[in-house]
Amino acid sequence: MVFSKEKSKFYDNLTKTIRRHIVKMTNHAGSGHPGGSLSATELMSVLFFEHMNVDPKNPDWQERDCFFLSKGHCTPVFYSVLAEKGFFPVEELMTFRDVDGRLHGHPCGEHIPGVDISSGSLGQGLSVANGVGLTAKLDGSNRRAYCMIGDGELQEGQVWEAAMTSAHYNLDNVCAIIDWNKIQLDDFVENVKGVKNLGDKFRAFGWHVVEIDGHDINAVNEAYKEAKRTKGRPTAILAHTVKGKGVSFMEDTHDWHGLAPNDEQLEIALKELA
Amino acid sequence: MANLEAPRKGFADALIRLGEKHDNLVVLDADCAKSNMTNLYKNRFPDRFFNIGISECDLVGTAAGMAVAGKVPFANAYANFLTGRAFDQMRISVCYSNNNVKIVGHNAGTSAAQEGATHLPLEDISLMRSLPRMTVIVPADAVEMEKAVEAAYYHDGPIYLRVGKLPVPIVTKKEEPFKIGKAIKYREGSDITIISTGIMLDEALKAVGELEKQGISAELLHIHTIKPIDKEAIIASAAKTKHVITVEEHSIIGGLGSAVAEVLSEDQPAKLRRIGTNDRFGVSGKMDELLDLFELRAHRIVSTTNELLGHRVTN
Ligand SMILES: Cc1ncc(C[n+]2csc(CCOP(=O)(O)OP(=O)(O)O)c2C)c(N)n1
Ligand SMILES: [Mg+2]
Repeated sequence: MVFSKEKSKFYDNLTKTIRRHIVKMTNHAGSGHPGGSLSATELMSVLFFEHMNVDPKNPDWQERDCFFLSKGHCTPVFYSVLAEKGFFPVEELMTFRDVDGRLHGHPCGEHIPGVDISSGSLGQGLSVANGVGLTAKLDGSNRRAYCMIGDGELQEGQVWEAAMTSAHYNLDNVCAIIDWNKIQLDDFVENVKGVKNLGDKFRAFGWHVVEIDGHDINAVNEAYKEAKRTKGRPTAILAHTVKGKGVSFMEDTHDWHGLAPNDEQLEIALKELA
Repeated sequence: MANLEAPRKGFADALIRLGEKHDNLVVLDADCAKSNMTNLYKNRFPDRFFNIGISECDLVGTAAGMAVAGKVPFANAYANFLTGRAFDQMRISVCYSNNNVKIVGHNAGTSAAQEGATHLPLEDISLMRSLPRMTVIVPADAVEMEKAVEAAYYHDGPIYLRVGKLPVPIVTKKEEPFKIGKAIKYREGSDITIISTGIMLDEALKAVGELEKQGISAELLHIHTIKPIDKEAIIASAAKTKHVITVEEHSIIGGLGSAVAEVLSEDQPAKLRRIGTNDRFGVSGKMDELLDLFELRAHRIVSTTNELLGHRVTN
């Protein structure tokens, strides 16, 4: 089932708003990671607004679903989605990376409502998601654990240690989302250390695999539904995305992995995202 | 105003100069070649550069293998992820095996700035110092960095080298000799010994000047090699002044402060104060804001001196 006209319009607005936050926040800080934030915008928006069972007014609610941003540098999109969802005021986004604020460059699980774990050292999130998945099974709870991982991040060995754990324990309540934007910090992933045949890799590890266009909100929505329906195995959503999506000069380049737009560039970006 | 230069630039320049002379020098990075400036080496010697990807444990193991096979590898990554994650690989494949690997921890101290706590290396020296056979070098600026890289190459054995990202004042001199394990006396004094490491030399120099105005004669030792530490220099100075302050851009647990405390308590008891970060994580902030927040500043060295010497703190 595809989204209704109104729902599509809602997501059109929401994703544009979030992308504007991303470029404004990084401009404000003079640093940060727009590229991998822009590529994950649809994936994060649909997850938090359709699927995550959370209560922004009660962020520590015991039965909540958990989300772990394993690619912790993409705080601009994470904080924006949390703020738009009501975890904290949208105005606070403009304290991004301020020394006296709490919206640090990488998420801190202790201080920010809606952030379930500190991250920023790549490769650690899926293990944590497994911890929630195992606990939910133990407690007979229906809560689920989601983990977003970068395609470059897949080079960390711990990701694959965790992938084996999820499959071994049949953690069908664990869902990994791979933001497959083809680019990491230095270069294209295939030039640094390739992750080709990703679907085969996850399948060989015992996972159910869904491969989608990560900017198509209907495909994204269906993928999360399929993950929920899939029993006995964890699901990996391999989302083909464009790094820097939505801002022409940031698209498909490693230059904007960890670079903030200056005022002039911000103005151009905001025009494109109007 | 002193000239500013990024320590990583000094690192990259020295590496390329050495690479021109020695074709056994290989460089490895973990997807931070742009940031660590090892891409300059890559551009000059594409065959002798390897991007291992975001896999620090694999990086260190691979470097160890290259050392086994006869190369002199420099393995680069952000200091935290390198020393924290690949600690066991350094312990077993590098140090226990006594392989000639140079471990280079980048984004050091407050130069990780707005990336925040996950990226601010405040425990790396402590970790590296605990490894048998590891030599630990923390240069003060880009000029000293160049000498340290050279010394590291010619030293036979594992080395940890700490490299900052953002520009800091050049305070050392090109002609000053650099010897691993040898402290450098920047100021002769008799009332207090100030011992600094890394970029804190700049603040220590300012503090010594301020103390002089207050009529306090401070001796300043710069310790670029935290392990093996220059015991003789520390003991000789402490015997004279009886009061010691250490200053480091790192936790006071396990770093310079601890190393000096070990020497003093065994061989030359003296009153000691350690300035550094105090058992805490970092936050996001501009480098200057973080240095202010952690009080890694000359005024703190001055006030600590006054407190230690039992003077009334003025101002
Ligand atoms: C363990 C670790 N090593 C290195 C880094 C530095 N780093 C931050 S982001 C990044 C590249 C990430 O690429 P990818 O996973 O593809 O993320 P995306 O493209 O979604 O931004 C690197 C190397 C880190 N944060 N953690
Ligand atoms: Mg990527």
